[in-house]
Amino acid sequence: MTAPAPAAAPAKGAAMARSSAPRSRLLSAVLVLIFAGLALAPFVFPGSQSLNVAAKICYFIVLAASFDLLLGYTGIVSFAHTMFFGIGGYGAAISLYALAPDWTSLAIGTLAALVVSVLLALLIGLFSLRVRAIFFAMITLAVASAFAILASQLGWLTGGEDGRTFRVPELLRPGTRLMDGTLFGVQINGRLAAYYLVYASMVLLFVTMLRVVNSPFGSVLQAIRENDFRAEAIGYRTVVYRVVINCIAAAMATLAGVLCAVWLRYTGPGTTLSFDIMLDILLIVVIGGMGTLYGAVIGATLFLLAESYLQSLMGAFSAATAGLPVLPQLFHPDRWLLWLGVLFILSVYFFPSGIVGRLRGR
Amino acid sequence: MPEAASGSAAAAGAICAPLLALAGVHTHIGPYHILHGVDLAVPRGGLTVLLGRNGAGKTTALRTIMGLWRASAGRIDFDGRPIAALPTSDIARAGIAYVPETMGIFSDLTVRENLVLAARQGAMDADRLRWLFGLFPAIERFWQLPAGTLSGGQKQMLSIARAIIEPRQLILVDEPTKGLAPAIIANMVAAFRELKATDTTILLVEQNFLVARALGDNVAVMEDGRIVHAGAMAELAEDRSLQQRLLGLSLDMHQ
Repeated sequence: MTAPAPAAAPAKGAAMARSSAPRSRLLSAVLVLIFAGLALAPFVFPGSQSLNVAAKICYFIVLAASFDLLLGYTGIVSFAHTMFFGIGGYGAAISLYALAPDWTSLAIGTLAALVVSVLLALLIGLFSLRVRAIFFAMITLAVASAFAILASQLGWLTGGEDGRTFRVPELLRPGTRLMDGTLFGVQINGRLAAYYLVYASMVLLFVTMLRVVNSPFGSVLQAIRENDFRAEAIGYRTVVYRVVINCIAAAMATLAGVLCAVWLRYTGPGTTLSFDIMLDILLIVVIGGMGTLYGAVIGATLFLLAESYLQSLMGAFSAATAGLPVLPQLFHPDRWLLWLGVLFILSVYFFPSGIVGRLRGR
Repeated sequence: MPEAASGSAAAAGAICAPLLALAGVHTHIGPYHILHGVDLAVPRGGLTVLLGRNGAGKTTALRTIMGLWRASAGRIDFDGRPIAALPTSDIARAGIAYVPETMGIFSDLTVRENLVLAARQGAMDADRLRWLFGLFPAIERFWQLPAGTLSGGQKQMLSIARAIIEPRQLILVDEPTKGLAPAIIANMVAAFRELKATDTTILLVEQNFLVARALGDNVAVMEDGRIVHAGAMAELAEDRSLQQRLLGLSLDMHQ
């Protein structure tokens, strides 16, 4: 940009210089905490369950952030996001299962999945992003359901309802020892390598998405979200931008699916294509704060922590209050979904602009 | 191209091909027939005012020119080229900027981002930006703030600034002074005067006859979806009975 920096920019203006920055100390602190916590998770929270949760948070950050590109930045409601997530998962799974469990097949699977996803996103976009938002949502719902049925029917390829369990490249296998002995009491094995692959990919993909939304292209998207007629009237063909972001978001979700597959060494309908996951993503983005990307980070972390630990927390509480009336029943671990629901309602009620919006003081 | 600064020069300008010409334009919005065959010629250079009562179809005319409503019949030519069938974004890129009545800024984006969006070259010309800052000092002052935090007048100025961040052949402006304080209106009038001194042609929808008279070279009056009078502003400004006949009601409201 050749524009001169205005001399008289007030202090407040300087603080808000980039609409993309976290723009709040508290928010920045929380984000640093999450990223550092995830980076150190294997050492700070040892144990396979916590590592599983940490890895899941990582690939859900990518998945939710890519959904935010559509919902939060462009105002597109899509229910096909898990389909692209699934394409990534199945791409890696089928390739690693059918070819050899090595890096080449992983690369082939990833590439093939990306091609399929982007083409599908392009097709769906071209056919339906011209029409009203509700039709687009319906079409994505239909396509995603069809894909889920297809995946469970094509048993010879996908493993049907059972999914596919497969072996990953040797470096990432749990049996692989990368170092003798332990580091801070943690074995340096293939599992750890797999975790850091997932973590590093997450950071890379998240930064890429930040760059997309902070580019001029990203401003056009936000303009479209606010008022597509105005965006048209200053010379932007909004349908092109919508289709392109739909493809980018699909590609990101696909890569998240690959990460999920590599981490779980398994891909099935339940872990990638289920409508429950679609709802989870929607909740994560809404609770975290739409149109911020950072909301995806905070939302995914809170959501998955709650999903993983609320039940055992309630179990402990229920046991502690065993002698009292009502309370043990009310907080029985089986009722954890009820309480998760209550937490969601409360968070949407108290943070209508999401947690990030709240932290930014809006 | 004649520098159409006075009424007589503008009248002379009407002889050569107009920059924008509407012929027999009809527009339907849903079941409503809004424009009933609009014939309008906007000569190159200078400022044409579109007057008329509420509901006469002025805003619909501008939106139809931009392709935001589709003309159901008739011809729209811009710079000798038919544009009625083009998508809105292509009409904008052909060189028409539109400042809607609702101050079409993007409130989530900063003032700077709003202007960068409109500067389709990707970069803003530093000299032109300085000129804009001179026209509308508030833009420089609130450069990095979200546009949604500006006051109504400042939003209107940003909206106009966005239309002229790059030279455009034609600017459509819909009631820029509506709801603004008199001091801001004066500022706006001065800005339009300066804009007229450049090569830009302006089509201005305005209800405030004083503003219209101060700025207009030509005038067209709409009623019930048709143009009922077109000519030089000077002629209308002097002819009280013509004003009475064409604008009776709206003039009373504003004086």
